[in-house]
Amino acid sequence: MTIDLEKITQEFLSSRKNITKRVIVCAGTGCVANGSLKVFESLMSAANELGIEAHIELKEENKGAFLSKSGCQGFCQNGPLVNILPAGILYTKVKIDDAKEILEKSVKNDELIERLCYHNGDEVCKGQEEIPFYQKQYRMVLKQCGIIDPENIREYISGGGYIAAKKVCTEMTDKEVCDLVLESGLRGRGGAGFLTGKKWDITRKQEGSKKYMICNGDEGDPGAFMDRSVMEGNPHSVIEGLIIAAKATGADEGYIYVRTEYGLAVERMNKAVKAATEIGVLGDNIFGSNHNFKLHVMEGAGAFVCGEETALIASIEGKRGMPSPKPPFPAQSGLWGNPTTINNVETLATVPIIINYGAQNFRKIGTENSPGTKTFALTGNVANTGLIEVPLGTTLKHIIFDIAGGVADDKGEVKEDNFKAVQIGGPSGGCLTKEHLDLPLEFESLKKVGAMVGSGGLVVMSKNNCMVNVSKFFMQFTQNESCGKCVLCREGTKQMLLMLTDITNGKANEGTLTLLEQLAKAVMAGSLCGLGKTAPNPVLSTLRYFRDEYNAHVKDKRCPAGECVNLLSYTITDKCVGCGLCATKCPVKTISGDKGKKHIIDGSKCVKCGVCMASCKFGAVARG
Amino acid sequence: MGKHLTINGKKVEFTDERNLLEVIRKENIELPTFCYHSELNIHGACRLCMVEVAGKGIMSACSTPPEPDMDIKTNTEHLIEMRKITIELLLASHDRECTMCAKSESCKLQSLARRLGIEEVRFKNISRKEPKDISTYALVRDNGKCVLCGDCIRFCDEIQSIGALGFVGRGSQSKICPAFERDLESSECVYCGQCSRVCPTGAILPKPEFREVWKALSDEKKKVIIAIAPAVRAALGEVFGITEENGTELAGKIVTALRSMGFVKVFDISFTADMTIVEEANEFLGRLEKDDDMPMFTSCCPAWVRFVEQYSPDFIKNLSTCRSPQGMYGSIARRIMPEVLGIPKEELVVVSVMPCTAKKYEARRTELAKDGVIDIDYVITTQELALMIEEAGLRFADLEASAFDMPLGFKTGGGIIFGTSGGVTEAVLRNVMNTNGDEAEEFNFVRGENGVREAKLKVGSKELKLAIVHGLKNARKVLRDIRADKKRYDFVEVMACPGGCVGGAGQPVYSDLAVRKRRSKVLYENDKIMELHKPQDNPYVQKMYKDYLEKSGSKKAHEYLHTSYKYRKRFKETLEISKSSLDKIVNVEVCVGRNCLKKGSKEILKRVADGNKFKDAVNVQALICLERCSKGPTVKINGETFEHCTPDSVEDTVKKN
Amino acid sequence: MTSNYDKFESACRILEEHSFDKSKLIPILQSVQEEYRYLPEEVMSFISSSLDMSPAIVYGVATFYAHFALKPKGKNIIKICDGTACHVKKSTVIIDAIKKKLGLKENENTTKDMLFTIETVACLGACGLAPVVVINDNVYGQMTTEKIAALIDEMTGAR
Repeated sequence: MTIDLEKITQEFLSSRKNITKRVIVCAGTGCVANGSLKVFESLMSAANELGIEAHIELKEENKGAFLSKSGCQGFCQNGPLVNILPAGILYTKVKIDDAKEILEKSVKNDELIERLCYHNGDEVCKGQEEIPFYQKQYRMVLKQCGIIDPENIREYISGGGYIAAKKVCTEMTDKEVCDLVLESGLRGRGGAGFLTGKKWDITRKQEGSKKYMICNGDEGDPGAFMDRSVMEGNPHSVIEGLIIAAKATGADEGYIYVRTEYGLAVERMNKAVKAATEIGVLGDNIFGSNHNFKLHVMEGAGAFVCGEETALIASIEGKRGMPSPKPPFPAQSGLWGNPTTINNVETLATVPIIINYGAQNFRKIGTENSPGTKTFALTGNVANTGLIEVPLGTTLKHIIFDIAGGVADDKGEVKEDNFKAVQIGGPSGGCLTKEHLDLPLEFESLKKVGAMVGSGGLVVMSKNNCMVNVSKFFMQFTQNESCGKCVLCREGTKQMLLMLTDITNGKANEGTLTLLEQLAKAVMAGSLCGLGKTAPNPVLSTLRYFRDEYNAHVKDKRCPAGECVNLLSYTITDKCVGCGLCATKCPVKTISGDKGKKHIIDGSKCVKCGVCMASCKFGAVARG
Repeated sequence: MGKHLTINGKKVEFTDERNLLEVIRKENIELPTFCYHSELNIHGACRLCMVEVAGKGIMSACSTPPEPDMDIKTNTEHLIEMRKITIELLLASHDRECTMCAKSESCKLQSLARRLGIEEVRFKNISRKEPKDISTYALVRDNGKCVLCGDCIRFCDEIQSIGALGFVGRGSQSKICPAFERDLESSECVYCGQCSRVCPTGAILPKPEFREVWKALSDEKKKVIIAIAPAVRAALGEVFGITEENGTELAGKIVTALRSMGFVKVFDISFTADMTIVEEANEFLGRLEKDDDMPMFTSCCPAWVRFVEQYSPDFIKNLSTCRSPQGMYGSIARRIMPEVLGIPKEELVVVSVMPCTAKKYEARRTELAKDGVIDIDYVITTQELALMIEEAGLRFADLEASAFDMPLGFKTGGGIIFGTSGGVTEAVLRNVMNTNGDEAEEFNFVRGENGVREAKLKVGSKELKLAIVHGLKNARKVLRDIRADKKRYDFVEVMACPGGCVGGAGQPVYSDLAVRKRRSKVLYENDKIMELHKPQDNPYVQKMYKDYLEKSGSKKAHEYLHTSYKYRKRFKETLEISKSSLDKIVNVEVCVGRNCLKKGSKEILKRVADGNKFKDAVNVQALICLERCSKGPTVKINGETFEHCTPDSVEDTVKKN
Repeated sequence: MTSNYDKFESACRILEEHSFDKSKLIPILQSVQEEYRYLPEEVMSFISSSLDMSPAIVYGVATFYAHFALKPKGKNIIKICDGTACHVKKSTVIIDAIKKKLGLKENENTTKDMLFTIETVACLGACGLAPVVVINDNVYGQMTTEKIAALIDEMTGAR
């Protein structure tokens, strides 16, 4: 089908030519959870009440304000977010009751409501440009997320969407596309960082009339939600990437595999595929070329291992998601035995940008070997959690202190020395410490220090987090998610978890650490798939950088961070005034003492709940 | 041509080997594996065949194709340590009461632990004792011994197309079980037992009965007689390090051993195999003449019989009604031998030695019992026989050979080759061709290894089309082709186990296909040195007919030598659609199997489930497949089955009731 | 007279929509589970017969993926995220609080009155709001023991 992108753009622009203001309510999962949809509704009803002309549909006759929802804008901690254009105002933590004021002041009269703005210290930030969180980012893949209406293909087109796909389908050969992407140096954003152009070229060279193109949206790393945000916020960018990849590899059918926990992403992708099929960018003879491409959305069923290519293929085929040995690689024999390419969401969303701006321009961003940007999900103990995008090669320091606003301790206070470590790449990654704060984040440098970009989850740990506990947490996760096929992963992760549990319970010795390390290395070298091969990373990396902390657990039976409950003891110091509050609060009644005199905790009965410490007004309870 | 790679520093040529493992094993390096079987798909799960490939790191040899100039090391310190860790990990979760395990000494895990010099398991013992599944006559499953290699699952699925077993759960919680974690008897298992053959440990084993046999032997009031199946003599020697060319000497030693254990008579199932041929050939010629229920299927493999009863009841009529050789031995031994041997009926204990686990089940088929009494008391496997010989302390290799007892000890070569795939067909042909005046004794075209072999043969004016099939997946395909009229045969031999009975699950465990081929060869060699080759020439068979059974196909012969089959429902569950609260009700059960559903059984259900229509007086259930697919939709109304139903016809019948 | 015909008809419709294609087993099980709220054994048997595959394989798939429920679930589903971010922000405390509130023992996850089922999930992807709880598809962020107790009270009061 030939479609006229220009005409669609013109129609779309004219449909909003009488719109003077745009109010965008963030409808990413984070903001929705904070009630952004209710804010949206109250804005609508308030507009009616106030007689302000506001529309939720774009039509030529509609004048005034246009109210729309967007995908994730990234600044999740401060949601619900409301953007007002063209003034460029960003309101944070908006409540239903704020609707009227926003409409009256800001929409009608361009007035700023300072109360709703983000405050950087005492300074009022009007919009994204003034908020350090956004200022210090480089938003390329996420640029349209948070602005456009993800459910409107016409808006995507009017912003230059599908031009790259058209160019590729009508003006370029498959080889030219592979070469261009190879030249751009784009590397897979899903894990190991394999060159995308090279990956495509391998499939391209395979014989066989049937080939498949798969988008891996099974973002399972706990603590990562970049792909979710792209699928929710700009689904058409993924589809466009898929069309280009399909053309390059010779695939005529594709799947977008989205994990089932991402209900909204599944819904948005489904709608987007439907819209793209209806408008003709998917289907037969795309853009009048002889390239056909049919796309399906497949919802996962809850298995982390399906993020592994061969397991994902098994899952699409309706089987248990158990990986199979490579070779044969999916490029040789993938879905139903046909050559198959699998790319991650972010990789595919980057592709149209490369086509539009050229390989060399793309290379100007990022580093020599890791060009482009990378999105990171910033979570844990930082002042501002959320979704960010920075050029590869950005330092950790820049991200944590400039963008995220520093590290918070368990009381929520941000202090310079709170920072302990960053876990990067989820259960497959490793941790970075103070010594890595100036390390540029890119594929090679991270690999060198025993970590990986992975899918891009950054979990920031404060001094209150125990690293043994962190590595136990990840081991618990991989152990749970191991498919159970190969011995090393199935039994190895189980035994590693048992050892880590012993360590955190004070039941281990130095021999345990040696054995743990040996086992971790064997599992890494010998497991069947990527899940198993990378499962020991958190253990090995914490052993490498926090050996002292492990030693404290096994030698002194002490948890320096005070997180391992079974290694804690509470004592009452001389500061005690004998008020008796702790004794009243103690759930097991193990604190005794006379009124006005220093109290004592009977350690044998203590369940280490910490209520005494929390309730003491004099700071007289110490934890050791 | 002339592709080379390096293994441990030695330059090695390779050609069309599928993977590094094959190249390495060709170099006489026994890389350990649990999950590699050349007949099955590559699984890559046990992580034992790991090798170091220069420039590529550590890879599993089973899943890596050989490439020119690869530099491979198979035994570096790192690899040995990894293998040790792998075995230790398995041992940590394994029920390690090895001394009490029937697989002891043939267990791969045990032997690898020894090979790798494992002296302690450094990991926490997380093994669990699991209750054993003893629900079937054929097999015992013990998940506490399972290493989750999945070989059983893959064999059952890939070779037999049954899929009785599957992985359940995932990660360290995973286990191998029949559907819904029920017992094996509730599954679709046809008892071929090949799962136990490929199991590297004692997680699936043939169900032993030899203890009961010992008990009978030591009971002074009992007289125990025994018969050995043809394939037994081709394999038993392996346990005692005897590889003999034709098995006669070995059979003689077995006779001596059994006598010394106290069996009063030692017979040969090959005798009843001869009878089976005479009876079956007669049946075949009769069917051929009348063109009735053709093609005829052999019925000597109980796993295959069960397969037909369960999956293809429409083909039950095609099964030869002849009992299997074991079945014939049973009825003759139980009902005729007391008179011949002068043993009081109540003192007689009948035992057979079989290469097979399904035979244990077959012996208990009610269709083979008379007045509720089963013919054969105990069926032991070749493996069990070997154990008994060891337990009796016999130096088997040094035993003198002795002769079988008569009359059930005499056989022709036709009865011997029964034990290998193609043997039954060949024996039938020897019989049939003889009656048609042909002197051919060997029919090489029916021999071989292919899973489906076809042959055409002129008999008089007719051209016979034969098929010889082994492996049930192949059988399933042949049935499908026959049903779809894509293939037309007159005679089809099916053996569930690859290779036929020589490859049976009761035989000493083998994993090298050469072993199975050697066993077949032993039987053919045995045939060669036999005096007679055509079953009908067996004088004792002739005498048996004369004295007791009149002639083949007679009423008497039918009483003793034939049996019947019945449909066995695969899915036991029903879906309750509607339930009446009244007392006087009509029960309607509608088949919702794949085909009936497509032919409109849903509409029937809709009609009868409409409560108002029948004043709430019907109970409606959906039955999951009655396997009468060509005659659907099938509906049972108050127990009576109706075929080709429509909503109207069912409504009428229900109203009548 | 009670009739389950509608559910059965939906199951048939789901199979038809997927053209009785065994490679569509996962979406079929997903849709059927929506209909029955879990996967009863007889329904899995029916599916395996309809797709011409062994029930052991269907059961194997159903037990592999966390999304499939083999036991009836409660009326309200509470999912507690235990992903990294939530874990770091002490989601285990929330889990314990919910269990205590609902009177669930160690290995129980559905209340006896079938009103609540709790599930822990590995990352809902709303890490910015950790710890996160999802009740019947509504996401609640920055959860505290007090907030969750109030939510449960609200629901039990409204039943």
